[in-house]
Amino acid sequence: MNSLWLSRFTATSAIGCGLEPTHAALRQQRGGLAPCAFDTVDLNTFVGEVAGVDSVQLPAHLAEFDCRNNRLALLGLRQDGFMAAVEAAIGRHGRRRVAVLLGTSTAGVLQSEQAYRRRDPTTGALPADFNYRTTHNAYSVADFVRNVFKLEGPAAVVSTACSSSAKVFASAARMMKAGLIDAAIVGGVDSLCLTTLYGFNSLELLSTTPCQPFDTGRSGISIGEAAAFILLERPPSHLDADAVLLLGAGESSDAYHMSSPHPDGLGARMAMAAALKAAGLQAGDIDYINLHGTATPSNDAAEGKAVATLFGDRVPCSSTKGATGHTLGAAGGLEAILSALALQQGFLPGGINTCHVDPAIPIQYLTANRDTAPQRVLSNSFGFGGTNCSLVLGRAG
Amino acid sequence: MTAPRTILTAWIDGIGLMGPGLPDWPTARSILAGNAAYAFSPTLAPPPQSLPPAERRRTGLSVKVALAVAQEAIAAGQLDPRQLATVFASSGADGDNCDAICQVLASDDRHISPTRFHNSVHNAPAGYWGIAAGAMTPATVLCVYDGCFGAGLLEALTQVAAEGNSTLLIAYDAPYPEPLHAARPLPAAMGLALALMPQQSAQSLARIQVSLSDAEPDVLADTGLDALRRAIPAARGLPVLQALARGEARQVVLDYLEPLRLAVVVEPCR
Repeated sequence: MNSLWLSRFTATSAIGCGLEPTHAALRQQRGGLAPCAFDTVDLNTFVGEVAGVDSVQLPAHLAEFDCRNNRLALLGLRQDGFMAAVEAAIGRHGRRRVAVLLGTSTAGVLQSEQAYRRRDPTTGALPADFNYRTTHNAYSVADFVRNVFKLEGPAAVVSTACSSSAKVFASAARMMKAGLIDAAIVGGVDSLCLTTLYGFNSLELLSTTPCQPFDTGRSGISIGEAAAFILLERPPSHLDADAVLLLGAGESSDAYHMSSPHPDGLGARMAMAAALKAAGLQAGDIDYINLHGTATPSNDAAEGKAVATLFGDRVPCSSTKGATGHTLGAAGGLEAILSALALQQGFLPGGINTCHVDPAIPIQYLTANRDTAPQRVLSNSFGFGGTNCSLVLGRAG
Repeated sequence: MTAPRTILTAWIDGIGLMGPGLPDWPTARSILAGNAAYAFSPTLAPPPQSLPPAERRRTGLSVKVALAVAQEAIAAGQLDPRQLATVFASSGADGDNCDAICQVLASDDRHISPTRFHNSVHNAPAGYWGIAAGAMTPATVLCVYDGCFGAGLLEALTQVAAEGNSTLLIAYDAPYPEPLHAARPLPAAMGLALALMPQQSAQSLARIQVSLSDAEPDVLADTGLDALRRAIPAARGLPVLQALARGEARQVVLDYLEPLRLAVVVEPCR
């Protein structure tokens, strides 16, 4: 695959709005999970809620898009000079040559959940202020972002559960290679809602403590929310040494079960191998792996087997979900950015909340930060329906 | 700023279709070619026999339609589904399932069923297809509201062009029940599948070439069929299928995403 330049990126999650607080939280090993006080939820669990989402106001001409998910999207777009970088890219390439490819699992379904509480007692109708297209529909977040920048190029939402915002990198790379576009806004936005909280609860996959990836006592996920945006372009002839490139993407399917991973992590292994192949690299070229690491007993065991088969215990690995929670459809984009920060800032983030690393999983799991400068990193994202995607990112120099 | 016009090319080796009054591709081909009259009737999707019984019982209408057209395209092209990447494109997930979850979440007892939850993901049909076909190949699942067919076709053709992957495109939609139906009124379920190959083979039916365009979208002369085209996102692909049904070289223009349309040139192989 031809390398692509992450010319600008920004992340907003429970550990901070924008890169500076995000980097500081990782350096201090500070997490953003807190007991769930979201909406009317009565579950004994921790969530990674982003502060200040409710007070975000959409511009008047985009008011029809108003919902928690698009407020979170706008909050994310406003960080780190991302909007100015997009405008500059539009100036370079034109409105039709910049795509919007974003991942989400639930978009603004919270609007429907809340509208169902306000049904007309006689007719059962939803309230008149409910707008399905601009909130509930999965495409609403890409439509919103496309409208924010008045873009006229290709756009799509990829919705493959928890691999969504990793797979958008692969779609963007294909569109770029085919010659349809010159730049793409990729990433993902997923926000707290009742469907995922009560849904994971129904599967008995919610932890009652802040989640503990790869811990002997891990007992499930903590759900988080995030907005992650990356501007992808073809690399110019000169790049600073700390510029970050997408070197490869690999995708696969488990073909095994709707909500459980292949027990040996076969699909996960295929995705990682495909990403390495696309990057033209060997397992030995990878300096750090940002694991999917959801902290459910079966996911971590399967991913651990897959990583151990390909990499042995040579490569330092961690899951950052102990800090951010599992941000579902935004996880791939968020964790690509956390991996990019590791490359730029020269450190490996240790996974937090994990006290006793599971000795049955033969990988090198980091619980403390390590001051070593990685050159190339791999980020894993896997999801319901057996969907897998791995990304390889690297420094330009 | 003008860029060189990109043309994406593939060969169509198999077609699957199911929709209201269009039970399968052979019947639909006759209607689209003008040899039989079109009449709306409810979409009847069979339970997918390719799934193990436990999974089969759990599938909703969108999974049934998606798997039916995928299977029809694979069978027509005599293809091995384990070798094809897939692109699923749908404007919504399973509508009945979504309604059931929203009802429970608005009630005093919010315990939703685990099966309802895992069926709520937009990529449920892709997951079931992987299990049914034993396909461990990449599967992408898109949502672009009314622009799903065009977006799916572009994504599938970039898979063919950029990666050399044989790719099965499955565009499908299923309606919501009330009260969501009033907010998103899809009249019926519909699915449309195309097996898109990087090289011509003995099975190839036609060559397809797609580029971005500003031209006016084609409408279908039959008012019943055109009503379908306007009402269901997957049916936005019907002008391509009509060109294929007529067996003549044609260019059609499809709705995609304002202000973009897709110009599609279809040339039969035989």
